Amino acid sequence: MDFKEFCRKYAWAAGALAGGVFVGVGIWQGQFEVILKKAVMICLECIGIG
Amino acid sequence: MNRLRLAVQIIFTILTNGYAFGFINGKIYQGKSKYICVPGLNCYSCPGAVASCPIGSLQALLNQQGFTVPFGVLGFVFIFGSLLGRFVCGWLCPFGMVQDLLHKIPVFRKRKRLPYHSVLKYGKYAVLVLLVGVGSMFLFGGFAKVPAFCKYLCPSGTLFGALPLIGTNEMLQSQVGGLFFWKAGILLFLVLLSVKVYRPFCQYLCPLGAIYGWFNRFSLVQVRWEEGQCSACGACQRACPVGLSAAEISVSPECIRCGKCVEACPAKCLHFSPKKTPLQEK
Repeated sequence: MDFKEFCRKYAWAAGALAGGVFVGVGIWQGQFEVILKKAVMICLECIGIG
Repeated sequence: MNRLRLAVQIIFTILTNGYAFGFINGKIYQGKSKYICVPGLNCYSCPGAVASCPIGSLQALLNQQGFTVPFGVLGFVFIFGSLLGRFVCGWLCPFGMVQDLLHKIPVFRKRKRLPYHSVLKYGKYAVLVLLVGVGSMFLFGGFAKVPAFCKYLCPSGTLFGALPLIGTNEMLQSQVGGLFFWKAGILLFLVLLSVKVYRPFCQYLCPLGAIYGWFNRFSLVQVRWEEGQCSACGACQRACPVGLSAAEISVSPECIRCGKCVEACPAKCLHFSPKKTPLQEK
């Protein structure tokens, strides 16, 4: 199996791994606090009022 | 497979919208599980939602002062996309399930696609860039940034969030205005269109489908096509709800991995598999 074929076969694993790293960076930057803060209040824009 | 898919869709919708108390008292769930994003389009202002919507969360991060790369949400999207691709749309999205059920209503001359499909299918990319991206960061709200997709378009938010909340919360009922009727109009239009055309929102407008479509080529869950065994009978294309041919099914960003082609193939040359298709190996 050459390198190109290896990359093609395991691209999904690289994508999932990158996703895991991104989630880690998001936690480190406190982004999930922003998401939680938004998600636990009724989003008036989302329901067409705000 | 159709029954299995419907069962998975119903179970997943109940699991991710399991806060039944919210539907009774017109309030939303406020637990810590909302740190996590669900794979499909599922409004976090749905009274039952126990987790967050990836597109809503993406916009919440883009709405912050200054520019932030929304790594947290991109992480979830990359994980779901790399593993499942648009299998999420076909099997795990609550609004997709609603459109599937609406399309079962018998009417004369069902359509798989709208006229000008080859142009209209790019609508979802325009929505992703203009409403979710640019719209949330710069436009529509002036200095106060707004989640433009949720505010002006998202029919899932209207159906799962607005209608149950406004139906049970008197304070919200008194605030209903033009914007709500605009969104209700979009929802009504898509509901009626879904009876005639297969999943119009997913095919032409959904920004999450646009993202997951990009992952379809290399996601772990694939529909594998054994070209050598194929007799080119066209049964798969006739069964495909979005009209894809055998060669397109495995690589197209439009395939939602519903499995109807797998079921329809008389030669059994299409099947779910994590392996690469011959077309992809070229």
